[in-house]
Amino acid sequence: MNRWAAGLRELKQYPSAIGGLAIILFLIGLSLYTVVTIPYSEALDKWRGGEQWRMHPVNAGPVWADRLAGGDKPRTQVVRSTETEIREVPFEGGRQVRIPLEFDYHNGEFPSEINLFLRTLDSSRQAFVRLNWKTPSGETIALGGQRVARDDRISISQNPSLEGRLGMVPHIGLFAGDSPPDAPEVEKGRYRLVLDAILFDEDARLEADLAVYGRVHGVAGTDYQRRNLMVALMWGTPVALAFGLLAAVGTTITTLIIAATGVWFRGIVDATIQRLTEVNIILPLLPILVMVGTLYSTSIWLMLGVVIVLGIFSAGIKTYRAMLLPIREAPYIEAARAYGASNARIIMRYMIPRILPVLIPTFVTLIPTFVFLEASLAVLGLGDPVLPTWGKVLNDAQEQSALYNGFYYWVISPAVLLMLTGLGFAMFGFALDRVFNPRLRTQ
Amino acid sequence: MTAGSPLLQASNLHTWFELRQWGFLRVGSVRAVDGVNFALARGESVAFVGESGCGKSSLARTLLGLHRPTRGEVTFDGEELSTLKGKARQRYLARVGYVQQDPFGALPPFMDVRRLLNEPLIIHGVRDPAAREERIRRVLEEVRLTRVDEILSKFPHMLSGGQQQRIVIARALLLEPAMIIADEPVSMLDASVRVEILNLLRNIQRERELTLAFITHDLSTVRHFADRIFVMYAGRIVEQAPVDELLDHPQHPYTQSLLAAIADVDADNALEERDVPGGEPPSLLNPPPGCRFHPRCPKAIAGTCDVREPPRFAPREGHYSDCWLHDERHGS
Repeated sequence: MNRWAAGLRELKQYPSAIGGLAIILFLIGLSLYTVVTIPYSEALDKWRGGEQWRMHPVNAGPVWADRLAGGDKPRTQVVRSTETEIREVPFEGGRQVRIPLEFDYHNGEFPSEINLFLRTLDSSRQAFVRLNWKTPSGETIALGGQRVARDDRISISQNPSLEGRLGMVPHIGLFAGDSPPDAPEVEKGRYRLVLDAILFDEDARLEADLAVYGRVHGVAGTDYQRRNLMVALMWGTPVALAFGLLAAVGTTITTLIIAATGVWFRGIVDATIQRLTEVNIILPLLPILVMVGTLYSTSIWLMLGVVIVLGIFSAGIKTYRAMLLPIREAPYIEAARAYGASNARIIMRYMIPRILPVLIPTFVTLIPTFVFLEASLAVLGLGDPVLPTWGKVLNDAQEQSALYNGFYYWVISPAVLLMLTGLGFAMFGFALDRVFNPRLRTQ
Repeated sequence: MTAGSPLLQASNLHTWFELRQWGFLRVGSVRAVDGVNFALARGESVAFVGESGCGKSSLARTLLGLHRPTRGEVTFDGEELSTLKGKARQRYLARVGYVQQDPFGALPPFMDVRRLLNEPLIIHGVRDPAAREERIRRVLEEVRLTRVDEILSKFPHMLSGGQQQRIVIARALLLEPAMIIADEPVSMLDASVRVEILNLLRNIQRERELTLAFITHDLSTVRHFADRIFVMYAGRIVEQAPVDELLDHPQHPYTQSLLAAIADVDADNALEERDVPGGEPPSLLNPPPGCRFHPRCPKAIAGTCDVREPPRFAPREGHYSDCWLHDERHGS
C-alpha cells in the first residue's frame, strides 16, 4: 500500500477536499475548453478589439442578470439586406434600389444604439442613400439622405438634427411612438427602415446591415470597446492557473533543492545560501515587479520569471532548512552514504522526499497567492499588454469607473472567478494539510 | 592478497572532531578515536566493547569512510582507505556492509522494501531490473525472511523490529561485502528477537566467511558471537584477547569492572559492594593525563598511572592490555 494512495483515500472524508477539488477541476475544465475553442492567437486578436466587435453593444450587461432581476432589456438585433427582398429599378447609367430592413421589437426597454453599416460593391462612384423609418403605427420618420463611401457606417443614434426633431436621443425617439419625451415608452411591433439608394453603376450592388444594439449580451456582457467579456473571463482561467502553477512549482522546487543542498553540504555553502536568503527576504517583491513592468516590459512571462527568480531565495529556504536539518542526521542517510550514494542522490532521493508530503498542502495553497499577484499587477496597470486576464478586466473596469456607472458585472465576474480560484485551492490545500501534515492529524 | 594478510588494518588511527567558535576559531577537539591499532583477519568475528561515548561508533564510521581520519590510516585489502577516490572508493563501500543500531531509522521511511533494497544495487551499477530483483530475493532468503512478495511491497513502518533489522542486514549483504560492521545491531530490539538476529549474523558470517566487526556495550552476548574482543575506553583500545581468554581472565581493571557489572545476576549479592567503575567516562575533549582510566580505577598507582600513558603489555599468551599493573616493576 502506497502512502500517497492511502492519503488520497483519506482525503475523501473531508468535504472541503471534495469541494475544493470540484472547483479546481471546474477551473481546469474551463481552461481546457477555452484553449480548445478559442485558440491563443484568436484570443489575442479578439482582445485587441476593433471592427470585429461592431455588431456588439457597448457596456451591455449579462442576460442572466437582467432576467434574474425581472428586467426585459433588449438583445442586439441585426437585420441584413442579404436576407430581405430588394427591389431594383434600373435607369440610364445606374439603378435605383429599395431595401426594406424589417424587425420586430417587443422589449420593454429601448435599445442602446442604432447603426447602419453600408457596403457598396463593384462601384466606381459613390452611391446616394435616403433613409425612412417606419413605426408600427404607420408613422414615417425621414432620417435624411447622404452619400456613402465604399464601406460606410451611418450612426443613426448620433444624428443631431434627428435628435433635435424628435426631442430625444434617436434610439429612444424612434421607438417611443407618441409617448411624451420626459417619459418615453416603447411602442411594440414591427419596425422598418426603408433604404432608397441610387447607384451610379450598372453592376453596382449595395449591402446594408442594420444593428439595433441591445442592453444585454451573453453570459458576461460587453465592455466599453464592445468586446465580449467572456473572452477575457475564459482566457483568464488558463492564464491564471498557468501563472499560479508555474510560479508555485518554480519557486517551491528551486527553493527546496537549494535548502537541501545547503543543509547537506553545511559550512560555506549553507552560510552563503542563508545570507543570500536574508538579503532577498528584505527585498520588496511588488515594488520590484512594478519597476520591471514600468521600465522594461509587462509581459506576463517576464513577470513570471521575475517572480520565480525573486522567489528562489525566499523565506521558504529557512522553513525547509529547519525541516531538513534533523533529517540530515537520520541513520538512513548515514546508511546511504555507507553504501555509496552520491551527494546529489542523497539530496534528491533521500532528503527531499522525506519532507515532500508536508509541503504538498503548502504548495497547493501557494498557487492562488501567485494568481492574486498576477491580478494585482494587472489591476495596477502592469498586466500583460496582449493577453486577456481577469486582472486586466478589473483594470479596464476601474479605468472606466464601472461601479460608478453601474456596470457591476464588469467587476463582479472577474472578482468571483479570482475568489473561486482562491477558495478552491485553499479548501483543497487545507484538507491535504490535515491528511499529510502529521502534526495536525487527529486521533 | 595472500590468505595470511589481514583484511583490514588500522594503524595509529585518530578521528578528532574540531570544535570551532564563530565558525573559525578552533577551541579544541573531541578525540573520539585516539590512536587505535588493530588488524582483522578474513572470516574473523570481533567485538568492540565499551561504554557509551568511548568512541566505538566513531571508529565504525571511520572504517566506513564516513569520517575522515585525522591521523593514521586504515588499510583494507592492501589499499589505504584515504587514498581511494571515485570508482575505487565505491568498490570499497560495496565491500564493507553496515548494520546500524536503530533498524527503523536505518530504512528510508518513504521507500518500500523493494525500492530501498534496489537503491544500493542501482548506485553500484546493476542496470538490469530482473537481475536486481533476483539478487534481492536471494538475500532476503538468506536473512530468513518468509513471504518475500508481501514484504517487498511493504513500507518499513509496517514491519516488526526484527523484520526491519533483517532488511537492514539484507541490504548490507546485497553488495557481496567482505566485511560487515554492525554497530550495536540488537540493542534496540526486543529481547526475544535479539538472539535470533545475533545467530543470523553469526551464521551468515560463517557461511559467507565474512569479517564481522561487532560493536556493543553488552558483554553478556559477546561470548557466542565473537572470536576476539577489543575493549575500548576513551577512544583507545585498552585490552584485546580471544573471547574466552578475555572473559575468563580479564586483565585490565576497566574490563574487570565491566565484567563485574554484568556477572552478578543473583539477588543475594545485589547489595554486595562491587568495584564497579565509579564516576563518568572521561571527557574526550580534555582526556586525563597518563592512563585515561586512572581517575576511576580502583587500583590506580599514584605517580605512575596519572602521569605516564601505559604501553601495551602481554600479561598472557595472545592477551594484550594497556595497564601499568602488568609492569614487572609494580608486580601484577
